[in-house]
Amino acid sequence: MTISSKPVLISEDKKRVDGRKPDEMRPVRIAVGVLKNANGSALVEYGDTKVLAAVYGPREALPKYMTSPTRATLRVRYHMTSFSTSERKSPAPSRREIELSKVIREALEAIVFSSLFPRTGIDVFIEVLQADGGTRTAGLTAASLALADAGIPLKDLAIGVAVGKVNGVLVLDINELEDEYGEADMPVGIAPNLGEIVLFQLNGVLTREEVKIGLDMAFKAAESIYKTAKEALYNKYIKLVEEVKSQ
Amino acid sequence: MSITPEREVIPTMQLEQVVKSIKRGERIDGRGLLDYRPISVILSPIKKAEGSALVKLGKTQVIAGVKLELGAPFKDRPNEGVLQVHSEFVPLASPSFEPGPPDENAIEVSRVIDRSLREPRAIKLEELVVEPGRVAWVVYNDIYLIDHDGNITDASMIASMLALATTKMPRLIRTESGQYTLDSTTRETPLPVNLLVATVTIGVVENTLFVDPNLEEEQVADALIVLAVDERGNICGAQKKGEKSVSRKILDSALDIAVEKGLYLVNTMRSILNNPQSYIKPLIEM
Repeated sequence: MTISSKPVLISEDKKRVDGRKPDEMRPVRIAVGVLKNANGSALVEYGDTKVLAAVYGPREALPKYMTSPTRATLRVRYHMTSFSTSERKSPAPSRREIELSKVIREALEAIVFSSLFPRTGIDVFIEVLQADGGTRTAGLTAASLALADAGIPLKDLAIGVAVGKVNGVLVLDINELEDEYGEADMPVGIAPNLGEIVLFQLNGVLTREEVKIGLDMAFKAAESIYKTAKEALYNKYIKLVEEVKSQ
Repeated sequence: MSITPEREVIPTMQLEQVVKSIKRGERIDGRGLLDYRPISVILSPIKKAEGSALVKLGKTQVIAGVKLELGAPFKDRPNEGVLQVHSEFVPLASPSFEPGPPDENAIEVSRVIDRSLREPRAIKLEELVVEPGRVAWVVYNDIYLIDHDGNITDASMIASMLALATTKMPRLIRTESGQYTLDSTTRETPLPVNLLVATVTIGVVENTLFVDPNLEEEQVADALIVLAVDERGNICGAQKKGEKSVSRKILDSALDIAVEKGLYLVNTMRSILNNPQSYIKPLIEM
């Protein structure tokens, strides 16, 4: 039996296990329109965390009795591929995935103008391709970009980012190791342009002040991810325009 | 898959009244914005369980029962016992509940309570290992909602905490062949509890915050913010629920309210646990 001992998460020169500073994001890479069949799609990477999201709809929602005469029904599935984790994850939905599907759906409900599409369904499918911490937050970012890519009117994008506490230090965008051995994981979903919070969870112990400082860090980081996200959307459409022009 | 739930059909007039009264600062049942409904408690109503508590929070009723078994510790936690929290919204509790496995709402409640107990180490799991890596106590904290009038989470947390804090462990017997059995007729040692935790559920209607929403208030709330608070006043869990966003300002005020009301709930539980005999009574008083 191996008993893993807690690794040093913050070195003496205030560097993290992967060499980052406490308030430093991992490299964020975003591409939209990566799938042919979906009406909208996005691939989002926060370091080694890689998440794919696809949107189908607004389309006829089945079963019929579940549709609403006043709005579109959102169906959201957050799912981890079986090879996304060190030990194979059973593909059957876990309690964790059921909960995260709910909190991500509620976050998206806050940004989608669902009343524009009564009696329809908008389906959002999120597949975690590789998990290294922050899968729900990267998944939220990907889902909102896929919605935007599908041309569904949104109040804003929803940008996810987690703040954690490791060895007593608040750190931005925790990876798997920091999540496993750290003291707290606080995922936050932010609509940067509205300045609103669409997702908020805490797994761990923080003082009230630490929560507030952590929220400041999350808001600041969301701004920079927002920029990358908008560039990715812009790039796709610039490419389209150029293709059309060249024909 | 999580699907936008159907709204319960409630007359608009009634909902408007609920919203108006919250905005006025006096709620439909006469409470102030930061008042909890009356809490009444029966300790150990279920003798077959190692610990149990029935909690009435206004008209919401929850029974939590604790069962202890021996099992294997988690592979990555060889030196700890196991805590499992499950929540069931049984169909007798509400006309809107159906039989079947726990839905996303029940799973969410149990996971929020699980995290809020686990993270501040409310139960001393390190004292619940029998043979490291091989045999440990498994603590099942099962929550049954039996009447739903809003704020299931806070009622479930109070019931869980009281059930766990009054749990007496069966006697552990080691046989000559090195096996373990439990003698449930002898329960003496209390389950080791580090500290008490409460959750505080805060409803948001526009810019107004209020605690302990009843069912009608939950139906009009833009969002619910659940914050877990331990007896040191730290935040040890959080979950934003509902289909609308909240502002930073609202969340900051919610944190301040949560610490104050969380300590109120912890103190309420503490005074019950300091005088448990007066709360051990029959379910039906003649």
